[in-house]
Order: sequence, then C-alpha cells, then structure tokens
Amino acid sequence: MEAEIKVSNLYAYFGSICALRGINISIKEKVVTAVIGPSGCGKSTFIRCINRLHEVVPEAKLSGEVLLGGKDIYSADADPILIRRKIGMVFQRPNPFPALSIYDNVAAGLKLNGIKRKNDLDGIVERSLKMSALWGEVKDKLNASGVSLSGGQQQRLCIARALAVAPEVILFDEPCSALDPISTGKIEELLFQLKKNYTIIIVTHNMQQAARVSDYTAFFLLGELVEFDKTQDIFTKPKDNRTEDYITGRFG
Amino acid sequence: MKIKSADLWFKKAAAILALSAAALVILLVCSMAYYALPAIRKFGLHFLHTSTWDPVKEIFGALPFIYGTVISSALALLMALPVSLGIAVYLAELAPCCLREPLSFLIELLAAIPSVVYGLWGIFFLAPFLRETVQPFLFRYFGFLPLFQGEFYGVGMLSAAIILSIMIIPTISSISREVFLTVPSAQREAALALGATRWETIRLAVLGYARSGVLGAVILGLGRALGETMAVTMVIGNRPEISGSLFAPAYTMASVIANEFSEATTDLYLSALIEIGFILFFVTLIINIAARALIWRVSAKIKAK
Repeated sequence: MEAEIKVSNLYAYFGSICALRGINISIKEKVVTAVIGPSGCGKSTFIRCINRLHEVVPEAKLSGEVLLGGKDIYSADADPILIRRKIGMVFQRPNPFPALSIYDNVAAGLKLNGIKRKNDLDGIVERSLKMSALWGEVKDKLNASGVSLSGGQQQRLCIARALAVAPEVILFDEPCSALDPISTGKIEELLFQLKKNYTIIIVTHNMQQAARVSDYTAFFLLGELVEFDKTQDIFTKPKDNRTEDYITGRFG
Repeated sequence: MKIKSADLWFKKAAAILALSAAALVILLVCSMAYYALPAIRKFGLHFLHTSTWDPVKEIFGALPFIYGTVISSALALLMALPVSLGIAVYLAELAPCCLREPLSFLIELLAAIPSVVYGLWGIFFLAPFLRETVQPFLFRYFGFLPLFQGEFYGVGMLSAAIILSIMIIPTISSISREVFLTVPSAQREAALALGATRWETIRLAVLGYARSGVLGAVILGLGRALGETMAVTMVIGNRPEISGSLFAPAYTMASVIANEFSEATTDLYLSALIEIGFILFFVTLIINIAARALIWRVSAKIKAK
C-alpha cells in the first residue's frame, strides 16, 4: 500500500510555544488512522497541519514537510485553498452554518467550487447525505435550518458537508466528544463505510473508540510522536513504556 | 424574618422602578395627545396627507415633514450600510492587529461629536462642496433622472442624508464589529476547511452567522437618524415641500418642531407642532416594532424550525 500522507520533521509553534517536535509519520491510503494522547499533546495541532488550518491561528508557525500524494503541501506554489478542498475536516463540536438550510449546508462547499447547476447540486447533496447516513432523517425537510437538527444529526450533516466536495482525505478532530453514545455509535459505523473510499485520520480522547474504529494508531505525548503502529499492536503489545502507561490508564 | 422582609421590600421597590418606566411612556403619550387634541379635532386625518403648512391662515398638514424624515433617514441608511459593513468587516476580520484598536477608537469618536458640530461642518463644508462639485456632476451625467434635477442649493435632502449617514456609520459599524467578533472561530474554520477564500469565509461564516445582530445595529442607526434634529435642521433647507429631486430643500418632523416651537404663538399652531411630535413618536415606534419583528423572525429561523 502506498503512503498517502508523509510527514517529515514537522515542527509547529504557537508564538514561542512548541506544540509539535519533529513528527515523522507515514499515513496509509484508505485506512483509518487514530491519533491518541492526553490533552495538550499536540494531536489536534497535528491534523490541523495536514490541511493547513494551523497557519490561520495568529502567531502560529511551522516547519517541516507534509507530502500529500507525493506533493509538498507547504511548497511555495501550493495553494492552501486548493489543498483544503482535497482534505475535508469534521470538528469537535458540530458547526453547521446557522443561516443556511440543511441542503445549503451540504451544498456550501460545492458552490465555492463553482458548481451551481441545480441538477448537479441535487444529486451530490443527496449522495452525500446518504453516505453520512442522514438522508432518511432529513429528506423531507431539506429547507429547514441546519441547526434545527440534534447534535448527532448536526455532526453527520457536517460530515456530509465535508464529503460533498469529494475530498481524498477526511480529518476528524474528536468528532464524538460532544455527542451521546447512540450518536457516537452512528458516527463510528459511518467511519467503517467511509474508509472504503477515503483516507481517514481521527483524533480521539477515547481509547476504546480508537481501538474500535482504527486500523493504525499514533500515540502523541508532549508534542512528540511516541509510537505508531497497527492498532492491534499498540493496544496489545506496545513497544514504548509511555504508550503502555497511557493505554492502561496510568496517566492522561 | 428580618431578612425575608428586606427581600420583599427589595422586590417591591424594583418592581415599582420597572413599572415607572412604562408609566412614564404612557404619561408621555397621554399628555402629548391632550395637547395635540385641538389640531387633531380641527384637521383629523387630513393632517397626515395634506402638504399645506400655513401658520398665517392656520392651515396645517404634516405630510412634507413625514416625507422628509422618512426619506432622509432611508437614504442615510442606504449610504451608511455598505460603508459600515465594510468598516466592520475590515476591523473584525482583515485589519492588522496594530490598526484594529486605534481605528475602532477613531470611528467610535465620530459618534461622540455633538450633532451641532456636524451641522456646522455641513453648512460650511459639505453644502458648498455639493453645490459646486457633486451636484453639477450628478446633473451632467445622471440629470435624466428626476432625482438629480433642479437648482443647486447645496443644502437640501442630499446633504441631510449624507450628514445623517456619517452620523449613523459609527453606530452601525461598531455594533456590527462587536457582533462579528462573537462569531465562533469554529464557524470560520468550517468555511476554511471547505476551501473557502478569505472573502468566501466572511460571507459564509461571518455575515451569515451575524445577520440578526447586524439587523439590530441597523435599527439602532435608523432610530438615531429618525430622531436627529440639530444637524439635519442646519443642512436640509427647511422648506415644507415634497420634491422628487434630492437637490431640493426639504423639512423633517424634528426640524420643524425645533425651528418653530418658539414662534408658535397661537394655540392651534402649537397644537399642530405637538401633533407632529406625536407622529414622530409613532413613526419611530412602528419602525422599531417592525424591526424587532424582523430580528425575531431571523433569529427564530436560526434557532428552530
């Protein structure tokens, strides 16, 4: 399998605070990679470096190389806007656009891409909502406001919004931390479906979740990548003592 | 027991104070209605739709003043809104950090200038400038429109609307800026992560999220424009006529009250002026209610459906 995302020597800073210290990792195509670690270990910063969202924070800097399909997304001629269109993101709290309807929320990214024909939009909106397992619940109220849905539905709406622009990679930043167990179950179910077509990186606080949904797991601590391996191996025979301490609940 | 009774007294006192504000409004309406009664009796509804204002023959009609107030405020809003939104977006989203505070301060300073100073500036700078430069230009290129025809006086509807728009820009822009600052960064990041450009992010995440707040800002600005007296009186030309041209002098409700109150010698004249005040009160009330309803509809749409 070919490495889809190759990160080498990545350092990220907020002002003078160093959030990531020399990360080297190769993330494979069409698998789910979980990123775990205690709060403040840099796991969110790490995935925000992959879609160039880290740099929109004032005072944030970074150095190193992130290759997506062999091309450095931080090279001088790389356009962050085009890169973000290839890499979807789902955030910690559901954040649909409150002024837009369910339909328009899903279509928002398409309209940015210049897709305006009603027929095209209708097809993609329906397909995206079906992929995010929300279609059945909202097909009769596509014109209702996006924020009229429940939290779990809103999060699936955000997933549909990310899917609509046909990204290659989808980043999930603790997507279930604001959701109840039933909604969490639905999102996890969805991840299984999505990994057939997309490369998925999910940051999670919840180790059971990482064990359930991911194929590979990366363990971050204090801005460093401590261990990265098959999920099974990380949870059954970790090589590093710190990983073992963390997954057995001795700290974090 | 002592504590309990103190609590009770506090509750009563607070209730009385709160109710007294409402009572004051009712008192205001009643006393104005009482003093306006002679004019209301004499002219009835004609007062609202006749244009004659003749203190000598004692024939009074308020239409030119209602027209002047509504049109000058509406024009002011039309000019101020795009400028204010531009200022607010720049200050909240685009300006470099070192510029944000000083610029916001300067713009808020515009709101602190007394309106009589605006009026003076209008008379000595704006009106001559309009008369000599802007109005001839508009007439030459857009003179086919009735809006830009007639004599170039300088003072008139156009200068009043411009002065008013300058006066409401700080209100609308500073409130809109505050509203933009409350937009969660998750909204902006949602747009950015979809591959939105800076402008698209502002349009999709910031303006969409903030629109009911911006509407509130617009209403406060409109309220200020409707009631503004001094600056408008100094530049609008004070002629009770309805003209299709923006160059023509006009008159507002607030201006006529301010100008003629001291010379209103007869009871009927005085009563007519008070009735104009009464109408002004109702016009602002209606606009505020309409705006409240609009905000309510927008935010209700956002909250639940």
